[in-house]
Amino acid sequence: MVDAALESPAIRPVARRRAGLHRAMQRKSTIAFFMTLPLLLLIALLVLYPALYSLHLATLNKSMERFVGFGNFTFLFKRETFWMVVQQSCIFAITAVIFKAIIGFFVAHFVHNIPSKGQRKWRGMLLVPWVIPPAMSTLAWLWLFDPSYSAFNWILAIFGIGPVPWTGDAYWARFSVILVNVWIGAPFFMIMYLAALKSVPEQLYEAAAIDGANWWQRMWYVTLPMMRNIIAITALFSLIVTFANFDIVRILTQGGPIDRTHVFATWSFWLGIQGGDIPLGASVSLFMVPILTVAAIFILRDIHRRGNES
Amino acid sequence: MANVATMDAGARVSRPKYGSISHDRRWALRWSYFFLVLFAIFFLMPPVYMLITSLKTSAEISAETNPWWVYHPTLANYVELLTSPIYLTFFRNSAIVSAVVVAITMLIAVPAAFALSRMRFWGSTVLATGVFLTYLIPETLLFLPLFKMFAVFNEWTGIELINRWWVLLIIYPTLTVPFATWVMIGYFASIPKELDEAALMDGANYRQILLKVFIPVALPGLIAATIFAFTVSWAQFLYPLAFTTSADQLVLPVGIITTLIKGDVFNWGQIMTGALLGAAPPLIIYAFLMDYYIAGLTAGATKG
Repeated sequence: MVDAALESPAIRPVARRRAGLHRAMQRKSTIAFFMTLPLLLLIALLVLYPALYSLHLATLNKSMERFVGFGNFTFLFKRETFWMVVQQSCIFAITAVIFKAIIGFFVAHFVHNIPSKGQRKWRGMLLVPWVIPPAMSTLAWLWLFDPSYSAFNWILAIFGIGPVPWTGDAYWARFSVILVNVWIGAPFFMIMYLAALKSVPEQLYEAAAIDGANWWQRMWYVTLPMMRNIIAITALFSLIVTFANFDIVRILTQGGPIDRTHVFATWSFWLGIQGGDIPLGASVSLFMVPILTVAAIFILRDIHRRGNES
Repeated sequence: MANVATMDAGARVSRPKYGSISHDRRWALRWSYFFLVLFAIFFLMPPVYMLITSLKTSAEISAETNPWWVYHPTLANYVELLTSPIYLTFFRNSAIVSAVVVAITMLIAVPAAFALSRMRFWGSTVLATGVFLTYLIPETLLFLPLFKMFAVFNEWTGIELINRWWVLLIIYPTLTVPFATWVMIGYFASIPKELDEAALMDGANYRQILLKVFIPVALPGLIAATIFAFTVSWAQFLYPLAFTTSADQLVLPVGIITTLIKGDVFNWGQIMTGALLGAAPPLIIYAFLMDYYIAGLTAGATKG
């Protein structure tokens, strides 16, 4: 509106067409469109197109010359490894998110409890696992889990506990990948929950204390309802990231022993890049979509609701 | 009412309450510190163990001594890695990729966020939500179709994209731009409308409003988004693992894993040194800009 008023009213007729184009370029919506164009191109070409393309790829045969319809899927359904991967992915993601949420919740409370002078220091220390690139820290865990030189087993041996096959045995390997994921992800929950705790008005606690609420009641009736949104959205975020996780399993166990720790991402990498069967790998990775969609819908609903509140 | 409440409380709690609250608080504080120390040990143990191992010789690593102590500290691993041309190549590739990706990210995200938050146009709210949704699409879903797309692109144009480090410059923005845009939309939306209206009245155009008003005011958000873009591109592991193979094209995380681990021979001293040096840049940035880092971390979910 303002920029239109600023334009010179006297435009010579010969320059009208160029001026018309010029005015169109000056229009707010045109400028806005060009400002978002790189973003749109990037998302369309390198996110949306590949996402749709993988649907197409999943219907081709290994050499990607012949259309096989649901052939890849029926092939997968008949393989025992596939169902193992489904099971392991769900166990991995759900267990890891639950433990991350619990540890994050308690650590956030401990940090919140201490005098605010020292909080920054503790918060800084406790977020370190999140800052280190996951590939690098998983290497450290791989070395801590080393079959012959495990530093954990050295400590356990002092207490007379026999060597633990951290990555050698299927159940221990599952435990290990979840442990590393919890180690990396719990600090993120801690930071989010701490931010949520700080946003709870102190008066609510005072009012609850005056009413004679004990620690559990304050937690249940004040803290948790006030934090509910953040708890939900952090858990959903984390569920998406954990479900699609690749680095940890890839480096720690490479899916072994005998495919027992493969998740969707690592198995599709194994089939698609190392096995050279891109359509089959794409079909496997597509199985991540339903759970991602459900989580995304819930996140979106939360954002929408908050958008309406403000 | 107050009477009833006190009587009620008095009936249930027989012992006198005075003094016990501060007593409780003191114990709560002690327990908090106790558990914080416990969790700090858990959270800091792997990086500390990296440091311990990186200071050892191979002989000491395989010796039957206490693995948690360095008896003969040496910097030999650091000297060896920092003089090895291949490791320096990884480092250089990572540094170039991260720096350029940060620049590309900000150049795409900031104008887009400005347009989406201030210049309402047809479909802008839907688009803002769409940007956020793309952030939720994981890279593990996209690497196989992208791999195939690059192969097809090679057939059409003859330009080889697989096994070229610079292809990461094209792909990494898909990981960084949506979130950076989302964070910047949040920061821009918190700037009062009067500010840009005043600038418009003074005859500023949109470019001037963006450069002279919005960017300076939203600088903390800009720094947070920059840090985010850097740490994501520095840490990315799947794309370089899938798209680059020859040693001189690798970035740091993939380079350490594929070249320092040769078959079953693990030179753990060097691997830990390499990993620690690879973790150093994000850690250093974090140490100096912790508040911005945390602001960026919490912005994604608490704003919007």
